[in-house]
Amino acid sequence: MTQSQLDPTPRPATAGATLLEVDDLHVEFRQRSGVVNAVNGVSYTLAEGETLAILGESGSGKSVSAQAIMGILDVPPAVVRGAIRFEGRDLLQMSEEDQRQVRGPGISMIFQDALSSLNPVYSVGWQIGEMFRVHQGASRKEAKQKAIELMDRVRIPAAAKRVNDYPHQFSGGMRQRVMIAMAIALDPRILIADEPTTALDVTVQAQVMDLLKDLQRETGMGLILITHDLGVVNEVADRVAVMYAGRIVERGTVDDVFTDAGHPYTEGLMNSVPQVEAKGGRLQPIVGQPPNLAAIPSGCPFHPRCARRRLGAEAAPGRDCAVDVPPLRLVAPGREAACHYSEEVLGV
Amino acid sequence: MDTGPPTCAGPHPRGNMGRYVARRLLLTIPVLLGASVLIFSMVYALPGDPIRALAGDRPVSPAVVKVLTERFHLDDPLWIQYWEYLKGLFQGDLGTDFRGRPVLDTIERTLPVTIRLTIVAVVFEIVIGLTAGVLAGIRRNSFFDNLVLVSTTVIVSIPILVLAFLAQLTFGLKLGWFPIAGTREGWYGYVLPGLVLASGSLAYVARLTRTSIAENMRADYVRTAKAKGLPRSRIIVRHTLRNSLIPVVTFIGADIGALLGGAIVTETVFNLPGIGREVFDSIQAQEGAVVVGIVTLMVFFFIFFNLVVDVLYAVLDPRIRYD
Ligand SMILES: Nc1ncnc2c1ncn2[C@@H]1O[C@H](COP(=O)(O)OP(=O)(O)OP(=O)(O)O)[C@@H](O)[C@H]1O
Ligand code: SF4
Ligand SMILES: [Mg+2]
Repeated sequence: MTQSQLDPTPRPATAGATLLEVDDLHVEFRQRSGVVNAVNGVSYTLAEGETLAILGESGSGKSVSAQAIMGILDVPPAVVRGAIRFEGRDLLQMSEEDQRQVRGPGISMIFQDALSSLNPVYSVGWQIGEMFRVHQGASRKEAKQKAIELMDRVRIPAAAKRVNDYPHQFSGGMRQRVMIAMAIALDPRILIADEPTTALDVTVQAQVMDLLKDLQRETGMGLILITHDLGVVNEVADRVAVMYAGRIVERGTVDDVFTDAGHPYTEGLMNSVPQVEAKGGRLQPIVGQPPNLAAIPSGCPFHPRCARRRLGAEAAPGRDCAVDVPPLRLVAPGREAACHYSEEVLGV
Repeated sequence: MDTGPPTCAGPHPRGNMGRYVARRLLLTIPVLLGASVLIFSMVYALPGDPIRALAGDRPVSPAVVKVLTERFHLDDPLWIQYWEYLKGLFQGDLGTDFRGRPVLDTIERTLPVTIRLTIVAVVFEIVIGLTAGVLAGIRRNSFFDNLVLVSTTVIVSIPILVLAFLAQLTFGLKLGWFPIAGTREGWYGYVLPGLVLASGSLAYVARLTRTSIAENMRADYVRTAKAKGLPRSRIIVRHTLRNSLIPVVTFIGADIGALLGGAIVTETVFNLPGIGREVFDSIQAQEGAVVVGIVTLMVFFFIFFNLVVDVLYAVLDPRIRYD
């Protein structure tokens, strides 16, 4: 069990060396209408063979933080601050060329909408093979052969026949497998999957998740899984980080967080989905709107929507929800939350 | 691995391209016939007397009038005139003008001029329009981008006649770089008129390319290309450009069809004896056979290049099916 200051959450026994350390990551988009603070001080670590789930509602900065790690936030240009250490080297301090060489063999990423994320005018075999041609200087023939092998590996039926087909000729699930094949082509140390199954049917979702888990077991890669789906988190993730308004508001092992949330927002998320135990129970969506990232509320960003907030005289000194920003702090062994009153939420 | 059109294998066959093209070509026959009827009746409806127009101010003897009227069926109803014309057409005879010169000869004489002018114009569209559009699109909001925006707006808003005279004045007379009229200096003489003729389309190509590239730079598959760790040059050329140029290439293809329709203003101002000017002169001279022959040819070019564009589109974008 490794522990670090950035991320004291206990890791699974199977986890290996630390691959990635994200340290106080900030991302902002400067627009004419103002500055959008999409990510505001996110830190986490990822080790070999482990799966970190990133959870949070739409607009909480999950995708932007992942794309900042990939270094692909250049159109429109974003301001990225902090440190992103991959195998000890800070990606943000590297030259563009060195960073480029990390993408693919070091870290790779798959996206939600495989149809729009694949280039419509090239065959899938060409697009997979491009990884070998660019990064390894393979010939067209070798690249195609390797593409077929990869398509086999991600269980696309009749791979040799379909290698010359175009993305639009595949079903949604098969297209996502093509994306996965492309992303794992160079045996990356880290795979970031940004809602890889959201666009798919339920049965296909399960198959794709199984595939990802199997691939992880074979290669020992670290997996960052961005999702809305608590069921998926529960099934495949080791640890979970919950994001709100570009911050991590809670993290811990999946078992801990799912058993007893330590942040009112996480609590809300858990109540907003049907629980196996609470079948037939009413769903309680979190009231209110996600915050405007160009004008994040003062104090605790969640306070306008929080049922547990304490303001003014009600609040303990220095813990006014509308004034004091709650830091992410250890609230129970191996568990952190960014709430002034987390202990009450946990019911300790 | 190639990127050519896929075979018909797989779950979504793309149809049969050969049959598609054959069907489209067959379809051009009724369209051309319809067009020629239309043009024929418009020429027929022109006011005035073509024989008088031919003679100008000189008096014409009644005998000559009689001979010409009979030879050209000028007293017959429209449908008989058209029938005579069609009969000739199927024997490869486009008729003659009032001076007895075959229309086919006139076309053979004037068409090469228009073709050369079109080639020069298209080269300008590609070299200047496309390059400007690509550079502006890649560096949006840069100085160059703004320069392209402003200059294309200016070009589009100036009437071509004014542009033609301006070009003649500055590059022809003041600077003396290019001949301002005629075809005596070969291809060199086409530079200025080609540039003027291309100006509108050139501006449009630049704009279209710029927008298309700017849009594609944000496309999800370009984001994927970055995540794959491809070098920037490859992302731009193989992924962004390849897709952005589909609408541009098809526009240029269709524009060739339109440019071959001759440019009456450009050919007249620069004194180029192409089919545009010929048709203009023939309308004034009421040379019905010449007008019908050339305009029908223009319609054919237009239809043909639109067909070429459709085929090209399907070749460039595998999602398009031939049917
Ligand atoms: N290029 C951009 N310019 C300006 N704002 C942006 C840009 N990209 C993202 N944002 C903003 O950043 C915020 C976070 O976006 P992000 O895509 O990370 O959300 P997310 O958590 O992935 O949500 P979802 O679950 O919907 O995918 C959003 O409010 C979004 O509007
Ligand atoms: S700090 Fe206050 S407002 Fe924020 S989550 Fe905790 S109780 Fe709610
Ligand atoms: Mg997202």
